[in-house]
Amino acid sequence: MLSRVAERMYWFGRYLERMENTSRLVNVNANLLLDLPWVIRHVWDSLINISGSADIFFEKYENAGERNVIRFLLADESYSGSLICSIRMMRENVRTTREIMPSEAWEQINEFYLYARSDVQKALRRKGRHEFLDDTISFCHQITGLLAGCMSHGEAYNFIRIGRNLERADMTTRIVDVGCMNLLTGKEDIPETYDNILWMNVLRSITAYQMYRQHVQDRVNGEDVVEFLMKDVTFPRAVAHCLGELGQCVSQLPRNDHPLRSMTRVQRMISEMDVPKLFENNLHDFIDQLQVELADIHGQVAQTWFDYGPPVQEQNGQTQTQLQK
Amino acid sequence: MKFNRYPVNGFYDELITSGRRARTSAGRLLQCLKKMDQADLQQRKEAAELAIKTMGITFTVYSEGENIDREWPYDIIPRIIPLREWQRIEKGLEQRLTALNHFIDDIYNDQKILKDKVVPASLLKTSSNYRKECQGMKPVFGVWAHICGSDLIRDRDGTIYVLEDNLRVPSGVSYMLENRKVTKRVFPELFEDYNILPMGDYPSHLLDTLSAISPRPMDYPEAVVLTPGIFNSAYFEHAFLAQQMGAELVEGSDLIVGDDDCVYMKTIEGLSRIDVIYRRIDDLFIDPEVFNPDSVLGVPGLMRAWKQGNVALANAPGAGVADDKVVYTYVPEMIRYYLDEDAIIPNVPSFSCADEKQRKHVLANLDKLVVKPANESGGYGMLIGPQSSGRQRTEMARRIKASPRNYIAQPVITLSTVPTICDNSIEPRHVDLRPFTLQSDRTYVTAGGLTRVALVKGSLVVNSSQGGGSKDTWVVGPEK
Repeated sequence: MLSRVAERMYWFGRYLERMENTSRLVNVNANLLLDLPWVIRHVWDSLINISGSADIFFEKYENAGERNVIRFLLADESYSGSLICSIRMMRENVRTTREIMPSEAWEQINEFYLYARSDVQKALRRKGRHEFLDDTISFCHQITGLLAGCMSHGEAYNFIRIGRNLERADMTTRIVDVGCMNLLTGKEDIPETYDNILWMNVLRSITAYQMYRQHVQDRVNGEDVVEFLMKDVTFPRAVAHCLGELGQCVSQLPRNDHPLRSMTRVQRMISEMDVPKLFENNLHDFIDQLQVELADIHGQVAQTWFDYGPPVQEQNGQTQTQLQK
Repeated sequence: MKFNRYPVNGFYDELITSGRRARTSAGRLLQCLKKMDQADLQQRKEAAELAIKTMGITFTVYSEGENIDREWPYDIIPRIIPLREWQRIEKGLEQRLTALNHFIDDIYNDQKILKDKVVPASLLKTSSNYRKECQGMKPVFGVWAHICGSDLIRDRDGTIYVLEDNLRVPSGVSYMLENRKVTKRVFPELFEDYNILPMGDYPSHLLDTLSAISPRPMDYPEAVVLTPGIFNSAYFEHAFLAQQMGAELVEGSDLIVGDDDCVYMKTIEGLSRIDVIYRRIDDLFIDPEVFNPDSVLGVPGLMRAWKQGNVALANAPGAGVADDKVVYTYVPEMIRYYLDEDAIIPNVPSFSCADEKQRKHVLANLDKLVVKPANESGGYGMLIGPQSSGRQRTEMARRIKASPRNYIAQPVITLSTVPTICDNSIEPRHVDLRPFTLQSDRTYVTAGGLTRVALVKGSLVVNSSQGGGSKDTWVVGPEK
């Protein structure tokens, strides 16, 4: 398989996952808002923190109110992490590798892209938001299902899965991080009921609530939630599970020494993680370190399969960087 | 819809005779259209547009800055060609490509046809598509042009002419195939009634053609499609063909020529050897070491690898020498010279501006003739005399005098028409036809081709880059 194609499949996987995550995050928080009238400001700017783009945001917008945050996350064409950009980049990666996927997938992706472009504005108002985000999430599932059912589970598919699971692990760590920050910093003025609701919200942001409930019988509390989202190997959005998936995909690919090594390191980090102890003081630092390690896996994947090769002068990575950014 | 006011006077219509009767094989289609009212027709038209949109059938227009992709323009009423007539055309196309390949092979080797003065030697010196770098090459089977797209037109008396041979990187075949798919969605009932020759096997014939010219004898040679990339107007087609053949779609930067003069592609397993390249990049851009040094589309060293016989290129570099509108005027002589046969499909009578007498005639009759640059494609730089302004004619006269070798002129052929859906009615619009011919150890002609239609009333320009649309083309056999 061509390196360039592998790279585009990988990014396709990432963007598809990012679309779903962003939609879910906005949807869940819009719901939370209805429960917690007093915490309005708090909720919306925590979404900006989760996206890791506070700098970019405050360069363009005065305040992190609902309207601005929603526009930024969903419809801002100039912010590369927005939903509409993810959709465009997802499509672009497929458009340039159409021969790899079943043609039905391309038809559906193209159709959804056209729909999203014309309808994303509706999501800026509360009335149409839920429907649009639901449609986006359903679309992601539809494509994921179509590929699972109709695309050979070979190399191309593995690269999509690698992209998906790295993006997913990254998102889960971000959500946990921000969840903890919110709670830890304002501990004394948050009554316990709301503490409870906020943790439920963290879980809901990544559809983990029900699965968590089945898994943990005790009432919702921070330590258990973090333990679950980091270490559970069966829940698809838990970091440990994502790493397991990554390991499976990577071990099926040729010349996988370096990525495999860097992944094993992260896996060990997760399994040796002492949640109760970290909860006491430096959970945030730990997650920072974890994100650095996840970025390293990305680097290893790229170096091994995308950007290797004899030193050829003419190779310019311009088109590729454009696609990623 | 009624056809009793359909204006057929003066033109040859492909479906309706001048007496307003249905031509052979067109009866059922017309009956079906007659039964539909405006709303039905509109509904089918919309269904087709939706299909094209969701199938993502697009083409790209060079001048359109940001929005590079446009939906493919398509008219739902098909054009019909009876099988018997088609069989003659098919023979004619085979004959023509065979002669053209003889010519190219001769030009780059012994040049007998020049020595025998059938074609003037001066023609070669001034041809911008002649590549001296190819001199002495002997591609397998003597075939240089493996894929040819011929433009056919029909005059008002019903005669079919060859207007152009496209031997460089002819495009359109994917649209031909996609048009058929769309028509099947729009008129499924007609496919039950009619015996329409299928055309969907083109990609497998293309793969066979490419495999046959592999320099390494093996069961599954590695063939790839080389594209200039997403911004090329025919990118859709490159991706489509690669997908249909199960071949890799590569860009120049994916390929490397090694010290062993073999071509490799960069894969996740490391470098992997390539045998055949279906290249959709013009000669001058394929290898910056030999041709345009600024090209970033090509592969440095590719010509070296080709000359060493380590990789096959389709079409071979230099094949365009026969795809020159002045060389075109000699094709009937070539057919006689190499095959000892008369041309089955005639050329459009042409005047070569390089010849002084003919040039005078052309300059005196610019308002009646079509003037074409010898080496352009896509309808660029053309003058259609009767529809031109005085200023355009003065400008053309200046250009002809400046470089006579670069221009030919032809009488205006009033292209035949096919009923086409226009705002609220069905009206005749002019069409041409581009069938595709493949040649290696065998020759294959598509059943039908891409029918292009000039959507503007009275217009004869069918190029999609200039407001043309397309139709499905049915070669129809005896009824079931």
